[in-house]
Amino acid sequence: MSVETVAPAEADASARPMDLLRFATAGSVDDGKSTLIGRLLYDTKSLFSDQLAAVEAVSAARGDEYTNLALLTDGLRAEREQGITIDVAYRYFATPRRKFIIADTPGHIQYTRNMVTGASTADLALILVDARKGLVEQSRRHAFLCSLLRVPHLVLCVNKMDLVDWSQEVFERIADEFTAFAAKLDVPDLTVVPISALRGDNIVSRSENMPWYEGPSLLHHLERVHIASDRNLVDVRFPVQYVIRPQSTTVTDYRGYAGQVASGVLKPGDEVMVLPSGFTSRIAAVETADGPVDEAFPPMSVTVRLTDEIDISRGDMICRPNNAPMVAQDIEAMVCWMDESRPLQVGGRYAIKHTTRSARTIVRELHYRLDVNSLHRDETAGELKLNEIGRVRLRTTVPLLADEYRRNRTTGGFVIIDEATNRTVGAGMIVEAG
Amino acid sequence: MTSPAAYQVSHLDALEAESIFVMREVVAEMERPVLLFSGGKDSIVMLRLAQKAFAPANIPFPVMHVDTGHNFPEVLDYRDQRVAELGLQLIVASVPEALNRGMVRESADGMRNRIQTPVLLDAVEKHRFDALFGGARRDEEKARAKERVFSFRDEFGQWDPKNQRPELWSLYNGRHHPGESIRVFPLSNWTELDVWHYIARERIPLPSIYYAHEREVIERDGMFYAVNEFFRARAGEQPFKAQVRYRTVGDASCTAAVRSDADTVEKVIEEVAATRITERGATRGDDRVSEAAMEDRKREGYF
Repeated sequence: MSVETVAPAEADASARPMDLLRFATAGSVDDGKSTLIGRLLYDTKSLFSDQLAAVEAVSAARGDEYTNLALLTDGLRAEREQGITIDVAYRYFATPRRKFIIADTPGHIQYTRNMVTGASTADLALILVDARKGLVEQSRRHAFLCSLLRVPHLVLCVNKMDLVDWSQEVFERIADEFTAFAAKLDVPDLTVVPISALRGDNIVSRSENMPWYEGPSLLHHLERVHIASDRNLVDVRFPVQYVIRPQSTTVTDYRGYAGQVASGVLKPGDEVMVLPSGFTSRIAAVETADGPVDEAFPPMSVTVRLTDEIDISRGDMICRPNNAPMVAQDIEAMVCWMDESRPLQVGGRYAIKHTTRSARTIVRELHYRLDVNSLHRDETAGELKLNEIGRVRLRTTVPLLADEYRRNRTTGGFVIIDEATNRTVGAGMIVEAG
Repeated sequence: MTSPAAYQVSHLDALEAESIFVMREVVAEMERPVLLFSGGKDSIVMLRLAQKAFAPANIPFPVMHVDTGHNFPEVLDYRDQRVAELGLQLIVASVPEALNRGMVRESADGMRNRIQTPVLLDAVEKHRFDALFGGARRDEEKARAKERVFSFRDEFGQWDPKNQRPELWSLYNGRHHPGESIRVFPLSNWTELDVWHYIARERIPLPSIYYAHEREVIERDGMFYAVNEFFRARAGEQPFKAQVRYRTVGDASCTAAVRSDADTVEKVIEEVAATRITERGATRGDDRVSEAAMEDRKREGYF
């Protein structure tokens, strides 16, 4: 590896505050994903010498011809024994501008389940392809899942450029093909970067081997990609998480609604409506433990107090009278099934968790199962097995306070839980509700 | 409307908001939560987050210390002082007591890391706790890098890494049958440096051993161990005085110090930002046993 590095995370806490970017990586071991992650950690001084020494020792013991950086992220015994990655691994690094959380998802086993999990919280997804092979079925599947989960930014890294003689032609052919495919998927922001993860080209700084490439290095892009506008600051949605009522002699008559702002901006004085009751009131104060604030916006965790005494409990939603979510028991959604033991079936009954609200649900209809490679809709499908995705109609026992997932990832997403085993068996994205 | 840029939050604020959300979820959905409080920096930060999550109300759960009997006196004093200040109920799950009762046996090497687990599980059963807040972070160790924020444990307290619940968005599944429980890690996404930045920003007092001080130590396997009633020098090991501090605080018989002149929080941040060795790698004899030492302990029900 080259010795070129960037400065480690800012030691001075008073410097311009860093923000946070969460990204998911997708690709198989062969695409060089682990090498790329190892490179990012190494070049930002987030990889420690004892970690590297441990990986080198295990690589040597296994007879690997090179230091296998996949061992950095493969933490479980079974993974090292079988040479596979089982689960999403979370990794952290920081530069003076940003802290990064990587959800590193394995490329093969349980692929869809893990990718969907990693993508659900991601601001950005990074897809790798091998320049020698170009786009493969898996690259298209990755892109589709990122668009399904509405990851706002997509980066395609065309890796192993050193093995195609740094060819501009090869790069452009892959970039064009991927761009055309992404256009069909409604991907809001796509960046394509030619890299060599092994040699460090276009990772931290611009590569001298590819003078024809005029875009930013990967790290430069990750540090500067504009994510502030990705949040929905328009629709006020405050799912009530917990009611704070101190049992104390010093604080009396206090009633605060604690929660994390899902979207929109809440300010004292704002007229609000509480769902599902429909009662209206005004915000008396927005508080934190450090004192009142002038406004609250995502992802702040705050406590809201209202001017009127209304009966509000966990699972209720504070919104604006003229901008409210749907109050619905019939839900149309795309569902990704995550359970190996029992498939989703029409007529199946489950528990559902949506924002801070829990309900029971029955699957009324399975409209189709989607082939994630061809995007073909199979309308004859009778069930969804592990890692399959389909469009369903659900009926819930109590109304959900929901938005379309494409408009609001927090109030549009839900999980399905098997009531017998308590396992999380499905992830849903609301298409429409009525 | 103001531009979106005006509505940015710093990474520390984002982490704090996420941790507070997690703690409120637990209190809203679980019956009997407890916070594991060792007097170490991560559990101290967790306690501060709990204060913030429920203010102006008091922290609505007790704290529990799994006491190996091998304590740094500074840390025990700190524990008792914090608990008194916050008016918390403290439960001590005592390893020495369990040894006396014959519930566990001292291991050959004298390390009590492994025998903490049955003592912890016994206390969980006795108090019927169904949610245990732990201060573990995913950056600490690679088995932890794959653990959920809500980590399901069966009726034996065991973690099954191949059978974890998918965790999407901020929807945490804490459902469980009687006898089963959930370990909850609100600091999952924090790094060692984030913790120190937060300690600085919030001006959180820590046990004095986290800052540089002079101590009599011996060097073993490249680590500096304090010589005290729990840790004796072996033949040929010559105790010497050195300027050290602790990066982690655990059992006094297996937690080592690092050489350091960092006697303020600012200097510690500088030191942590520049270090190239992980905190557990630098200071924990218990993690050096094997490649999968942490995974094995977690499977048995460790933190």
